[in-house]
Parts: sequence; C-alpha cells; structure tokens
Amino acid sequence: MLKKIIILIFVTCLACFNTVFAAESGGMPQLNPEFWISQIFWLIITFGILFIVLTKVILPKISDNLETRKSQILENIETADRQKEESQKKIDEYEKIILDSKVKAKNYFNEAREKILDDINKKRAALEKNLDEEINSVENELSEFRNKSGDKINKIAAETSAELIKELIGEEVNNSSIAAIVEDQAKISKERKDVI
Amino acid sequence: MYQFNVYRIGPEIKLGSVDISFTNASLFMVISSLAILIIFNLGAKKKTLIPDKLQLLSELSYSFVAKMISDTAGSKAKPYFSFIFSLFMFVLFCNMFGMIPYAFTVTSHIIVTFVLAAFIFIGVTIIGFMKHGLGYLKLFVPSGVPMVLLPLIVVIEIISYLSRPISLSVRLFANMMAGHTMMKVFGGFVISLGIVGGWLPLSFSVALTGLEILVAFLQAYVFAILTCIYLNDALNLHH
Repeated sequence: MLKKIIILIFVTCLACFNTVFAAESGGMPQLNPEFWISQIFWLIITFGILFIVLTKVILPKISDNLETRKSQILENIETADRQKEESQKKIDEYEKIILDSKVKAKNYFNEAREKILDDINKKRAALEKNLDEEINSVENELSEFRNKSGDKINKIAAETSAELIKELIGEEVNNSSIAAIVEDQAKISKERKDVI
Repeated sequence: MYQFNVYRIGPEIKLGSVDISFTNASLFMVISSLAILIIFNLGAKKKTLIPDKLQLLSELSYSFVAKMISDTAGSKAKPYFSFIFSLFMFVLFCNMFGMIPYAFTVTSHIIVTFVLAAFIFIGVTIIGFMKHGLGYLKLFVPSGVPMVLLPLIVVIEIISYLSRPISLSVRLFANMMAGHTMMKVFGGFVISLGIVGGWLPLSFSVALTGLEILVAFLQAYVFAILTCIYLNDALNLHH
C-alpha cells in the first residue's frame, strides 16, 4: 500500500513536471542574448540615475538630518545638565537662606528674651530696694518708737506706782527707787518677751 | 520559465545596429529606481527631531548600510558609501519587486548581475592599484606561506580573485532564479493535483513565499557585504 502511494506520488510529480515545462522549450530565457544589450543599457541608465540622485540629493539630506539630530540631542543633554546644576545651586542657596533666617530668628528671640529678663530683674531689684528701704525706715521708726515708748511707759509706771503708793500708804516714797524697780521689771519682761 | 522571458514594451529602439528597446526588464529597473528615489526623498524631506515612519525607514537604512561598511571595510571606505548604498537598495528593491506575482525579477538575469559584479570587480581593482600601485599584487602572495607552496597558492589566489565577479553574479542570479522556479513548480503542483491534493503544495508555496522574501533581502545584503569585503581588500590590503 505504502509503496503504491509513493509510486503514485512519484508518477504524478513527473506528470506535473512534464505539464509545467512542456510549454517552455528553448531552455533558460536568461541565456538568450537577444535583449542582453538592452538590459545592460537600461541597467546603466537606471542605476546611474539612481546613484547620482542618491549621492547628490538624498543621502546628504539624510546624513544632515542624522547629524543635526545627534548634535541637537547632545546640546539638549548639555542644557539639561546645566539647568540641573543651576537648580541644584538655587536649592542650596534657598536652604542656606532658610538656615540663616532660622539662626537670625533664634538670635532675635534670645536677645529679646534677655532684654526683657534684664528689664524685669532691674525693675524687681529697684522695687526690692525701695521695699527694703521702706521696711528699714518703718522698722527704725518702730524701734525708735518702741524705745521711746519703753521710757515713757517706765516713767508713767513710776509716776503711777508712786501715786498709788501715796494713796495706799499716804507716804511719799523715793521716786528714784520706784523708777529702778520699774526699770528692773521692764527689763525682765522684755527679756521674757525676747525669749518668747 | 515564462516569468523570466524578456519582451519588448513599446516600439523597437535601435542605437546604430544595437537593439536597446524598452523591455519589461527595463520597466522593472525603472520602477525599482523610482520607488527607491520616492521613498528616500520623502524620508529625507522632513527634518523633524522625532522622525515619522518614512523618515525613520530612510534613516535606519542609512545607518544600517553605514554600519555594514564601517564594520567590514573600515573608515577608509566612507567615500564609497553612496555607491554601496545605491547598490544595496537597487538589488533589494529589484528582488522585492520580483516577489510580486506577475512581476519581472530583474536580478534573476545573469547578464544584469554580471554587469553589476563586473563593474564592482573592475572598480575595486582600479582602486586597489591606485591606492597601492604594484604593491596591490601582494594580495596574491599571502604572508607566512612556505616557499614550496607559494607558486600553487599564488595561482589559486589569482584564480579566486578572477572568479570573484562570476561568483558574485551567479550567487545572486541563481538564488533568485531558483526561488522563483521553485515557487512556479509548486504552483504547478497545486493546479495539477487539484482541489484534493493541492493543499500540500499550496502550503509549501505559502511557506516558500516567506522564505523567498528572506532570500531576497539576504541576497541583497550578501551582494553589498561582499562588495564591502572586496573594497576592504583593495583599501587595506590585509594579506
């Protein structure tokens, strides 16, 4: 069966070749020199024109195009680089400015604070001084007053006690001894007060 | 083989006794050249920083060929850039237009490829002798070969050098012709096997079309790169 099929295919192929090539006698048209000169002539003309036009007109344009593109791309890259650098510089400047202003603001704040603190301290000192002075003067006055009042009290006490004694006993007692006693008592009471 | 037939279009033109009539081959040469010129002119016209499609196409082809030349032949080959570019584009477009059904493939004719190859061969030889004088003959004497073998090697080198135009032209011509013939054969199979058995050769045909487009590009590339290599020999004399 397989053999039969192969033989059949072979025979059909042969038949096909026969039908395909049957009409074409005379071999390859390529070897027929009838139109050789004409082909050479037209080849020279067409290829010559093609070569001349391409060389003189088209290829320079294309190479020009490529060159300009290349140079333009390079230029663009260069400008981009430059702009990048510039922007970097600007960013640096900006950051520097911000840093400076921050420092400045801090300084201003500190200065103002110190000034205010100074002012407050000065005023407080002045106030305290005034207060101290007043307290001192008042204390002085008070102590003076107290001292004076002590004497007066002693005197009054002596006089009163003398009169009391006169009334009680009907006899005059020596003023100076009464005064000494009063003074003693006052001293004792004063000491007691101080201890307390 | 009907697709390879050359026939006259329009009146017979005679230059003296030589027939230079406009044929279908000439028509497709003109079409290919015009297509190249139109596409690249449109691509080169606008000068925008961001290219559109046609501009991108033309610029990519430009840098592709420029890279190919600088890789194989170095910076000295820069003056020949436009020639190699036109050569590559011409062969590529002729091959590609040949892929259109009912179109004529210019490069499937040995005379066309041979004229191109012979022009390259003669040009490269002239450039080599202009750059190096008679020192260009050192190309046939590789260094580091024993004296006994030298005569043989020199003969082989000379033969290989002289066969360059033939190999260059036959490579392109044979590739194009073989591809188109194969597609024609498979197309014939489709017809003769009919609706029952024709699907297999049809799918082959489809696959072959893709392959042929690849070959069309590849052969143009090979043609151009071999030109670069020959030019490199002439310019740099590496042997």
